[in-house]
Parts: sequence; structure tokens; C-alpha cells
Amino acid sequence: MEQKRTKEEYRKWSQQQAPGTPKAKNLVMAFLVGGIICTIGQFILRALLNTGMAKEDAGSLTTLFMIFIGAFLTGLNVYDDIGRIGGAGAAIPVTGFANSIVSPAMEYKKEGYVMGVGARMFLIAGPVLVYGIFSSIIAGIVYYLVS
Amino acid sequence: MGTRLGKQTIRLDTKPVIQSWASIVGAKEGHGPLGRFFDEIIEDEYFGEKSFEKAESRFLRETLAKTLMKGGVSANDIQYVFAGDLLNQCVAANFGIRESEIPFFGLYGACSTMAESLTLGSLMVEGGFAERCVCITSSHFCSAEKQFRFPLEFGNQRPPTAQWTVTGAGGVMVGKAGDGPRVVHVTTGKIVDMGITDSNDMGSAMAPAACDTITAHFREANLPLNHYELVVTGDLGIHGRNICLKLLEENGIAISDFYDDCGVMIYDREKQKTDCGGSGCACSAVVLAGYILEKLSRRELNRVLFVATGALHSPITVQQGESIPAIAHAVGIEMI
Repeated sequence: MEQKRTKEEYRKWSQQQAPGTPKAKNLVMAFLVGGIICTIGQFILRALLNTGMAKEDAGSLTTLFMIFIGAFLTGLNVYDDIGRIGGAGAAIPVTGFANSIVSPAMEYKKEGYVMGVGARMFLIAGPVLVYGIFSSIIAGIVYYLVS
Repeated sequence: MGTRLGKQTIRLDTKPVIQSWASIVGAKEGHGPLGRFFDEIIEDEYFGEKSFEKAESRFLRETLAKTLMKGGVSANDIQYVFAGDLLNQCVAANFGIRESEIPFFGLYGACSTMAESLTLGSLMVEGGFAERCVCITSSHFCSAEKQFRFPLEFGNQRPPTAQWTVTGAGGVMVGKAGDGPRVVHVTTGKIVDMGITDSNDMGSAMAPAACDTITAHFREANLPLNHYELVVTGDLGIHGRNICLKLLEENGIAISDFYDDCGVMIYDREKQKTDCGGSGCACSAVVLAGYILEKLSRRELNRVLFVATGALHSPITVQQGESIPAIAHAVGIEMI
């Protein structure tokens, strides 16, 4: 059969007819879900500060609490639903990072603790860690040279 | 012995008979619009096994047993089984068939495997090399997500062109004699690649392949467009289905009144939140072995063109920037 369109023309033509992403809804839901997660974080931080804890310690402990919540909700099969509704609002906070590590760990448990959980745990978070650490090194060097 | 009608099409002169069929599906498929047509609905996604891969093998194994049981034969009466699935190395089929002791051909045609296996099984019977063959395929939402996408509990959003892999297995037994639906024509697809690289848009990738095979079928078999009461593609989903219809119309094949897609039929897309619809080897297999053959045997349909569609990519080729090659095989099934 002869194609009436080039590949490029076909791709554009089929994309035009594809069901569109509900952008407005996604933006609002990301704002709400991300906002709720951050408000919970802020609540924990304030509560810790109220106990008289130093600001830096309270910040670190808040992060730990949020990681626990993200991991726990993943284990309860809830965080994937939050992610489906909240999109980037659920993915960007540290709870989403916890989800990205715990979810492959759960999935690959059947392949054993070494080559399954151990090797696959950073399947999604790996690139974030590699480039996050790399860019922090660059930023550190720039900061050292400037100051 | 069959007559070659063109580059892709063969007319089967003995018209092998589909003697029995069986389908076992998961909960979501069972609660969909075609739920009442399936033989068994398994609510447990693990099917009592320890992993999703084992569960998928069990779907295939039990469907094989059910197909034989409904046909009133034992494994010894089957000369060949043609089976395949989506997992690497076709393990669901390999392990599902393992204990059956039936000579086995493992196939990989991605989601087109049901039509591919039915084509080969029918040709084997037509050629006189087998009294009976079983053609069977499976897929499982959870094992497919694991292999092709993200872990199940990972909180990401599905793009609106995404499809939902059908959990289940469908099988048919094709043989020499009987009064069931008959395989009259087979049209083997060519690989068609229109350069789609988005693995979340299978409909766009596979629609040109479906159009190519359907066009070749009507042209080579020299059939009028109204020959079939139903032309049904495998898993284009609503987006691919719409594109396919437009492509067909451009080729002068206007079949919108009797064209449908298994991926559209199997779920209530709005209520069941499956975006564009179903996909996977089992999508076309369970709709064939559940709904279509049932309708044919009750003579509520008399002639159906079954066109299973497959995307022949892997996660690695997608990561390397390759486009998605697609294929579609057509099988003309008729009540005589």
C-alpha cells in the first residue's frame, strides 16, 4: 500500500486527532495536591520548632517525616492514586522521591533482595541522584571560587 | 490445500473449523461491557500465584485446559499448540504450556499474536499436518506494566493516548471437522512503520498497519466491502480506531458501519478509566474467544474479519530513539 503522507506528516496528522491532555485540570490538581503536601510539611516543621528545636535540625527532621509518609503511603498502595491525581504536585515534593524508590523496591522483591530490590531500587530515582549530586558539586565549586 | 490469492492472502479450501474456544479474564475485564461473555473471571490479580508472571502463565494454562475441555478432547488429541505473549522470551507461554506435552511453537507478534497463531494453526490443519491445533495467547496488566513501563505503585500520570493492558488469556482449537465457525481467508501483515516514537500512543503507531492489512485483504481476496458483518481490529483503542477508519476511507474502503476495535469494546473507557481502551495480546484474544466466536456460533454474526494488531518495539528500542514498527494479521472467519 502506498502511504499518502510522509512519516512527519503522518505524525502531525495523528497527533492533531489525539485526545488532548486536560492541562487546566492537571495544573489545578498539581497545585492543590502539591500545596497540601507542603502544608503538611510546614505543619510538622512548626510543631518541631515549637518544641524549641534548632531551625536546621527541625528542617532535617521534617524531611525525614515526609519521606516516611511518602514511603508508608506507597506501601499502602495509596501514593500511586495521589500521583495519578496530583501529577507533578505529587512527584516533586520529597514524598514523591520516596515513592520513586519504594515502588520499584516493592515491584522487584520477587527477583530477590540483591538483584531485585537492591539493583532495581534506584531505577527511577537513579538519574535524579546522579545529576543532582553532579550539579551540587559544580555549584559547590562555583560557590568556592566566588566567595 | 489452500489457494494463494496474492502477496499476502491465502484462501483455505478445506476451511478449518474453530471447534472450541475459551477465555479467562481478570476483574477489570470481567466487570466491563463484555463481562458476561467470558468463561471465567478471576478477581485475584495474582491468580493464587506468587508473582504476576506466574499468574499470567496460569491464565494461559487454565485457558488451554478449558479450551480442550470445551472441545471434549485431551492434550493427546492436539498435534500443535501455537502460543505467545508480551513478556521477554515469551515466558508466560513457555511456562504455561510446559506441562502439557503438546508440540509447541512459541510466537512473538506482540498484540497481534492471536491472529498470527490462528493463521498458523489453520494453515497447519489445511495442509493436513494436524487434526487439531490450539492457538492461544495471554497478557497481564501488572506484568506488562513492569516490563514496559513503571512499577505499579509509582505515582505517575497516564497520558490520554495510553491504553490499558488486558489481563487474561484467550484460546481457540482449530480442527478439520465440525460445524463451528470456519477460517476461510488469512492475510499476513507486513511490518509498517510510520515513524511514531511515543510508546504511549500505540493507536497512532498501529493504525497504518491495520489499514494496510485490511486493504490488502479486500483487494487480494476480491471481496465486496459488505462481505463482512463485522471487521474488528485488535487493540487500536479509540484514537487508533478513528485514525484507522480515516486511512481506510482514503483507500476507498468505507466500512465505518460495521467496523469496531476490541480495545474499544472490552472496557467502559469513561467509568473504568482506561483512557483510549484496552491493549495486549489478550485484548483481541478474549474478545475473539469470548464475544465474537459466541456471536458467530449463535449465528448472530455470520462473517467476521478479525485483524489483531501489534507494536513490535521493546523498551530498549524506544530508549534508543527508534520508531515503533507495527503489524496486523487478518483472519476471515465465517459460518457456512
